Amino acid sequence: MTIVQEREGGVVATFFAALGRSVQLMMLALLGLPWVLLRRDSRQTFSRQLYTIGIGTLPVATVVAMFTGMILTLQLGIAFKQFSQEIMVAYTLSFAMLREMGPFMTGIILASCVGSAMAAQLGTMKINEEIAALEMMSIDPVRFLVAPRMWAILIMAPLLSFYTCIVAFLGGATVGFTQLDVPFLQFVAEIVTVAEVKDLYVGLLKAALFGAFICTISCSVGFATTHGAAGVGASTRRAVIYSFLAILAGGYFVTRFFYVF
Amino acid sequence: MSSEVRMAQDAGVAMDTQCIRAALADAGTRQTPAICFVDVMKSFGERHVQDHQTFSVQAGELFAIIGPSGTGKSVTLKLIAGLLRPDAGEVRVLGKTLSELSSKELSQLRRRIGFLFQGGALLGWKTLAENVALPLQEHGRLTANEIEARVQAALAEVGLKDAGELYPAEVSGGMLKRAAFARAIIENPEILLFDEPTSGLDPVMAYTIDSLVRKINRAHHAACVVVTHDMAGALRYADRIAFLKDGRFLIVDTPEAIRQSDLPEIQSFLNPEQTEVSHV
Repeated sequence: MTIVQEREGGVVATFFAALGRSVQLMMLALLGLPWVLLRRDSRQTFSRQLYTIGIGTLPVATVVAMFTGMILTLQLGIAFKQFSQEIMVAYTLSFAMLREMGPFMTGIILASCVGSAMAAQLGTMKINEEIAALEMMSIDPVRFLVAPRMWAILIMAPLLSFYTCIVAFLGGATVGFTQLDVPFLQFVAEIVTVAEVKDLYVGLLKAALFGAFICTISCSVGFATTHGAAGVGASTRRAVIYSFLAILAGGYFVTRFFYVF
Repeated sequence: MSSEVRMAQDAGVAMDTQCIRAALADAGTRQTPAICFVDVMKSFGERHVQDHQTFSVQAGELFAIIGPSGTGKSVTLKLIAGLLRPDAGEVRVLGKTLSELSSKELSQLRRRIGFLFQGGALLGWKTLAENVALPLQEHGRLTANEIEARVQAALAEVGLKDAGELYPAEVSGGMLKRAAFARAIIENPEILLFDEPTSGLDPVMAYTIDSLVRKINRAHHAACVVVTHDMAGALRYADRIAFLKDGRFLIVDTPEAIRQSDLPEIQSFLNPEQTEVSHV
């Protein structure tokens, strides 16, 4: 990737220029799969990223998912109890988690924990001229740095989303049993009964899409970092905010595509 | 047409007349410049860091660029490396006009250029040896044993024979610079660019690095461009010195001529203790 001087332009032009660069970066990173698999260096980075994204975020994901499942169950339970329909909590929780909350929470966790780290690392590398050094060695920074991250997050985000759903269901079942007097196994059985395969694969697809958004945005912002340590801080903040916005907007459009049309 | 121009053309070097004129104007009897700037302009906002700059550097020459901070010395190196593009004018490197090259061609050309960045720019998660080996591994032409041999030879050349297994965070600034030096020379480049190679180093280490620059320049017959604030060092090792101020070279000459220059800017670098701040 060649470093090209930013051209002056309006806000709209700047936005579309940044969007274009991000889409280009995402495509190049996706096309970098052969390098990720074949080059030893990239494989090592890929393995490290799999660990960081998957295992590294597992404790946070567990706590967030557990409490989300518990809170949702409790709130819904209070409402459904008025109609003696406590078991409907499992039904609602299944829909909410598989379709929306699982991938959404995964996206938020990944944007906060992984996306910010990606932006900070690449931003620091940019400031320290390590990106320029890679270019001088005729090593494509996108292929070398972004492609392993992209493929790692594409693999780990759906897995993490699935794990998040399971933990939330367990948290919900625990609250259902202790607070709403719904037997634990009945709660779990209800979730399994109402869950559709489509909900599962749309949820997993969403998680993968959110992962791709997070990686693309964080790496783009990281590569565009200027102005030293303050610039790295600003890039990190931008990466998280833009990722959140992309997750929200992306979630809406995917839902609309799969459940409305 | 002069004999130098004919020789350059006979050698098959694709240069336009302007570039050859620039080379002859500034380098006397030499020909075939490795680097040639023709009327190069570069600005950041209102600040002109290259103002109609024309100069050339010959193969095997050690060319030092000196000047106050913020005058565009590092930008000159980045223009040579194709990391920045000029607003106007032409930068020719090893006979190729950078603005006419595709990304792939530029990438191929860069394999003939070594760049020592100011902070070393080594990758923190790799050992010094892995950093030095990186260009060879990525281009995949050599076996693991051949790469290992080349890396050990390069590390030995910069005096880091036993430090290859250390990480950048574990070594001193001088060792970091030397490791980056080894990485820059590992592919035997035809052009070597040094951005402040001695900044932040103690005098002994600075002298060691200066000596290395000279040694590598002689051994590899590479065109070397050194950006530095260290006038004493440049006077010791450079073939020619250029003083950059406000986007233009005030003077480009031999160390002897620079020593005798009565330009206040040069004097301020030669005798900083007698200098008024306004000259710098």
